[in-house]
Amino acid sequence: MLGLNKKDFTLLLIVAALVVFAPFILNPFPADSAMAQFNAGYPDLMQRFVIFGIFAIGFNILFGLTGYLSFGHAAFLGVGSYSAVWMFKLLSMNIVPAIILSVIVSGLFAMLIGYISLRRTGIYFSILTLAFAEMSFRLAYSVLTPITNGETGLQLTLDDPRILGETATATGSIPVTNFFGIEMRATEVMNVGGWSFQFNNGYYMCAIVLLLAFYLAIRIFRSPFGMMLRAVKSNQQRMNYTGLNTKPYTLAAFVISGMYAGLAGGLMASMDPLAGAERMQWTASGEVVLMTILGGAGTLIGPVLGAGFIKYFENIFSKINEQVLHSWFHALPDGIENAVVWVLEHFVGSGWHLTLGLLFMLVVTFLPGGLVEGGQRLGRLLRRKDAEKKTATQSTPAE
Amino acid sequence: MDAIILQILNGLDKGSAYALIALGLTLIFGTLGVVNFAHGALFMIGAFCAVSLNKLLNLSFETVDPTRTDFLGNPLKVKTPYIEGWFGPDLGHAIIDWSVPLAILFSIPIMIAVGFIMERGLIKHFYRRPHADQILVTFGLAIVLQELIKHYYGANPIQTPAPDAFKGSFDFGAMMGFDPNTIIYPYWRMIYFAFAAVIIGGVFAFLQFTTFGMVVRAGMADRETVGLLGINIDKRFTIMFGLAAAVAGLAGVMYAPINSPNYHMGMDFLVLSFVVVVVGGMGSLPGAVAAGFLLGILESFASMNEIKSIIPGIDQIVIYVAAIVILLARPRGLLGRRGVMED
Repeated sequence: MLGLNKKDFTLLLIVAALVVFAPFILNPFPADSAMAQFNAGYPDLMQRFVIFGIFAIGFNILFGLTGYLSFGHAAFLGVGSYSAVWMFKLLSMNIVPAIILSVIVSGLFAMLIGYISLRRTGIYFSILTLAFAEMSFRLAYSVLTPITNGETGLQLTLDDPRILGETATATGSIPVTNFFGIEMRATEVMNVGGWSFQFNNGYYMCAIVLLLAFYLAIRIFRSPFGMMLRAVKSNQQRMNYTGLNTKPYTLAAFVISGMYAGLAGGLMASMDPLAGAERMQWTASGEVVLMTILGGAGTLIGPVLGAGFIKYFENIFSKINEQVLHSWFHALPDGIENAVVWVLEHFVGSGWHLTLGLLFMLVVTFLPGGLVEGGQRLGRLLRRKDAEKKTATQSTPAE
Repeated sequence: MDAIILQILNGLDKGSAYALIALGLTLIFGTLGVVNFAHGALFMIGAFCAVSLNKLLNLSFETVDPTRTDFLGNPLKVKTPYIEGWFGPDLGHAIIDWSVPLAILFSIPIMIAVGFIMERGLIKHFYRRPHADQILVTFGLAIVLQELIKHYYGANPIQTPAPDAFKGSFDFGAMMGFDPNTIIYPYWRMIYFAFAAVIIGGVFAFLQFTTFGMVVRAGMADRETVGLLGINIDKRFTIMFGLAAAVAGLAGVMYAPINSPNYHMGMDFLVLSFVVVVVGGMGSLPGAVAAGFLLGILESFASMNEIKSIIPGIDQIVIYVAAIVILLARPRGLLGRRGVMED
C-alpha cells in the first residue's frame, strides 16, 4: 500500500495511530490527581515531540544511513526558524509560505555547507560541520543582528508590513499564525470525567507533517538511493574503487536531512513565531545526535522514539523538585528519606542535564543500537516467537 | 608596529591555553586512538582545583573583638582563616595569596587520578569501537562532569585572583624603545605563557629523551610490534592518558586568574581545541602546538578595531574560517601525516 511493503505500512499505521491519539495516550491520569504531573498531553509539549521527531528523522537519514556524524545540524533548524519568522513579518501569517521558504533556505544552506564538509570524512567531517554551525551561531549573535535581531531573538512586531495579511488585528494585537484561516493556537478541550483532553490545531498540523516526513523517510530507506547510502556507510572505499562517485549521494543525503531540519525549524516558528540564535548552538546539535542514538540510529522508528523519550523526560524531570521527592519518600524513616532525596535531587530539576549525560553514556556503552535494539533484545529474551514478530514490525538497523 | 606586537602578545596567552589542551588531546589520540570530547572538562576541573584550594584556604573561624564595634554597636566579629591561625598572620596570608600557584601541586595528583579513572573505567572499553561512539560517550561524560561542577559550585563565574606580586602590567614598550604605555602586558599572562612553554617543552623532552618516552613513541608508530616485543604498552598508554589529563588540568589551574572559572568553560575551549587539533593535523604533537599559537594570535589580530571595521564580526569567526580554509587546502592539517585518521 502507498508503495510500501506490508511491514512498513503497518509501521506507518502504528505511528499514525500514535500521533493521532496522542492527546489521549499522553494523558493517562485525571487532571486533579497527584499523578497529573506525569501527563504530557498538553499542546506545547506534544508539538515539541513531533517537531523534534521530524528533526531526528532527518538527522537519521544522514547519520543512520551514511554514517557521517554531523555535529552542526542545529544550524539548519535555526536557519529554518529565521526564514519562517521573516515570512511572517513580510508576507502573511499563513504558515505554508513560511514553511516552504524555511525548507528551501535551509536546503540551500545545507548544500553549501555539505559541499565543503563532505570533502572530508570521519572526525574531520564532524569538526567541519561543528565549525560551520558555531560560525553561524556566532554570526547570528553578532554581525547579522539586522537579520536575526541578535540576543533578543527575532520576534513579530506591530509594524511589520505583512503584504498579503494584516499588520495588526482589529483589536490592535499581532495576528496569530494560521493555516488558511485555521488558527494554530486554537485548542479544543474535551472533559471526560476527571480527564481533560486537549486537541490543538497546531499539534495536528505538525502531526500531519510528521507523518508525511516519516512516509518519505521510509521511501528513502527502501529506495535504491537508500541502498547506495548504506553502501557508503559499510565501505566507501570499495564504492570508489568500483568507479562510482559517492559524493552526489552523500551530498543529496546531507541536503535532504538539512531540509528536514529546516522543516522542523519552520514548524517550530509556526507554532510560536520567534527565533533565537541559541537554537543553533552546538549543544542543540548534540541533542539531536543524542535523540537519534538513544532511539536507535539507522532504524526507522528509533529517532521518533528517541525524540519523544528525551523531550518527555526533560519536561517531567525538570518539574520534580525537593518537595515532590520528599512527598514521594514520605513513608521511609527520616534519615533514609533525607539520604534518598539528597541523592535523587542531583538528577531532577535543574540536574536534568546530568541525567541526560549519564543516559547518553549508558546507552552508547551498553546499548549502541538504542531503544529499538533494547526492545528487540527484551522481546527475544521473553519469547523466541514473539521476538520474530517484533523484528518484523520494527525495522532492522542499517548495517 | 606597536599595535602588531601588542596583538601578538595578546594572542600568546589564549594560544598557550589552546596549545596545552590540543597537546593533551593529541597525546591521547596518538597513543590510544581515542577522540576525547571530555578533554575540555579536564581543563575545567583543573581550573576548579584552583578555585577549591582557594576556598579551602579561606575557610575561617569567627572571633569576637570586644575592642571594636560594628555600625550597630555590637562587638565586631572578625573572620580569620584557619591558615593564619596556624602559621601566623604573615605566612598565612602569603599562603592564601599564593593559592593559585600552590594549586599546581594540589591539582597534579588529582588530575592524574581523574585521568586514570577515566581511562580504566570508561575509555578502555572504547578502543575497538568506531570513532563516532568514542565521541558520543566522551561527550556524555563531559556533560556529566560539567553538571556536577555546576551543582557544587553554582553557575556563576568564581573569581580566583593571582598573587598580589603578579598584579599589574609590564611595560614592554618602554623596554623595546617604543613610547611608554603603548605595549603593556599583564604579568600573569606572561607567566602563563612561560608556564605553557615549560610544560610543552617538558612533554616533548619527556617523549624525546627518556626510555619511557621512546617506548611510547614506538607504540604510537606501531602498537602491535611493540606489544610483540614483550612490552606492556597498554600500561604506558594509561600513564600517558594521566599525563595528558594533568597537562589539561594545569592549563586550567593557571588560566583561573585570567578568566574566572565557570562550569561551561571546558565546552567553550573544547570546540576550539578540536579545531586546533584538526588544523594542526590529527596525531601530530608539534602541529597541535603550532596551530594553537597560530589560531590564538589570529584571533587576537581579528579583534583589532582596524580589522573589525573592514570585516565586521570577523573576530567571532576567524578561527573557524581559518580552519575551513586550511582543511580544504591541506586536508590532513598543517603537519598531519598520511594514514592517520584517514577513514
